[in-house]
Amino acid sequence: MSEFLRDYLTVVWFAAIALVLAGLLLGISALIRPNKPSLQKSMPYESGVNPVGDGWSQSQVRYYIFALLFVVFDVEAVFMFPWATQLERYSTAGLVEMAIFVFVLLLGLVYAWRKGVLRWV
Amino acid sequence: MLAVDLPYWAQSLLRVLGGTVAVLLPAGTIVYLFLFKMMSFMQSRLGPMEAGPYGSMQLFAEVGKWLQKEDLAPDGADKRIYRMAPLVVLVSTFLLVAVVPFGPDAYFTNFDAGVFYMLAVSSISTLGILMAGWSSANKYSLLGGLRAAGQLIAYELPMVLAVLGVVIQAGTMNLQQIVVKQNSDSIFGWDGLGNPYILTQFIGFAIFMIAVQAELTQTPFDMPIAESELVSGYMTEYSGFRFLMFFIAEFATAGVFSLIASVLFLGGWGVPFSWFGWDATTGSVDNWMNVAGPIIMITKMMALSGIIMWVRFSYPRFREDQLQRFAWKVLIPVSLLNIMLTAILKVAF
Repeated sequence: MSEFLRDYLTVVWFAAIALVLAGLLLGISALIRPNKPSLQKSMPYESGVNPVGDGWSQSQVRYYIFALLFVVFDVEAVFMFPWATQLERYSTAGLVEMAIFVFVLLLGLVYAWRKGVLRWV
Repeated sequence: MLAVDLPYWAQSLLRVLGGTVAVLLPAGTIVYLFLFKMMSFMQSRLGPMEAGPYGSMQLFAEVGKWLQKEDLAPDGADKRIYRMAPLVVLVSTFLLVAVVPFGPDAYFTNFDAGVFYMLAVSSISTLGILMAGWSSANKYSLLGGLRAAGQLIAYELPMVLAVLGVVIQAGTMNLQQIVVKQNSDSIFGWDGLGNPYILTQFIGFAIFMIAVQAELTQTPFDMPIAESELVSGYMTEYSGFRFLMFFIAEFATAGVFSLIASVLFLGGWGVPFSWFGWDATTGSVDNWMNVAGPIIMITKMMALSGIIMWVRFSYPRFREDQLQRFAWKVLIPVSLLNIMLTAILKVAF
């Protein structure tokens, strides 16, 4: 196996040790902890008041808009990394091209800003 | 490769043990030294004093206590997801530490796209937090989980863009190479200090540390936890050892992010290479750096996580709208400008 793939295998071992460690301690915990379920304990906690309605209430649409904005910007950022590693070779031409790209990116941000998407209320 | 020739299983075992230490040791030290003791002294009290000298065994007492607590799940909860969520958060911490180099040969993995990997893996914990918030079937948890997701993605971007400045300067995404570059470069021809990027990328460093503070949901960015309004947000329903897993992961991640920040900005495990006449490769570095490197890294980690905790104890909480406004209207434009400035200077010199 190549050195490159071995590095990824190490990552798998790291995930495995995290799960093994957590599983081991959860196992110990399962042996020594009490287990006395009751109605009060299994109720959702709402500061001592009996909960009204379902726990899965509706949530704000703004989270969704911010998530969309994030996806756009994050994909653009991913695009910039390979450019960043090779900047020395591209020199001025690459710089100008990326300047145009970042300018368009900023235009998008300004558009969202002017549309009031970035306002939380 | 390790200096001594070991079979693959022994290498992997060593790495996995090293990784466990690199996760748990910073977590324990940060919790005891900063969360227990520094916070207490800043609030004019002594903190834990009973377990061991100066309360130093308090951590073990705490783990023993949490192990004995009943494992509760609300009736309406999505039980399987509810039980998995803390594991996902903990795994993400372990995956994150795998990329940190501790010495010329003392590293776990040596990815050419190390920076990419680091950014990708650090966002897995968002998933775990969202899982916890959603599956608890509790209004506080749902709100906390959504807030956490909104906050983590908003501050992920400034972090990515701040790291981009470092990548432009180093010309590589390999963390080991970034360390070598910082210690072997020169500032205007003077190589007595190398070129730690905190000097040339100071804006990037500041943005990175602010983003880390938000990613770790430490005060002033702790709206997802917000004890006073949301009763610990996505962790409201958790008890016993599953709660402790969230807690360990939070502080372990603080340590790992400090390690990564010191790799990216403070010169990582290295000392300026010109002091000992090494050239700009890991091969020329003397072997004793494999022992000195981790010590240097831990020193830098303690300094940086000390700053994170200091800020945590000193500032009140932001409002949710201030948080989003700060990320989108201040940090992202500034970091984009920082990138362009870095690129122009890189091409000009």
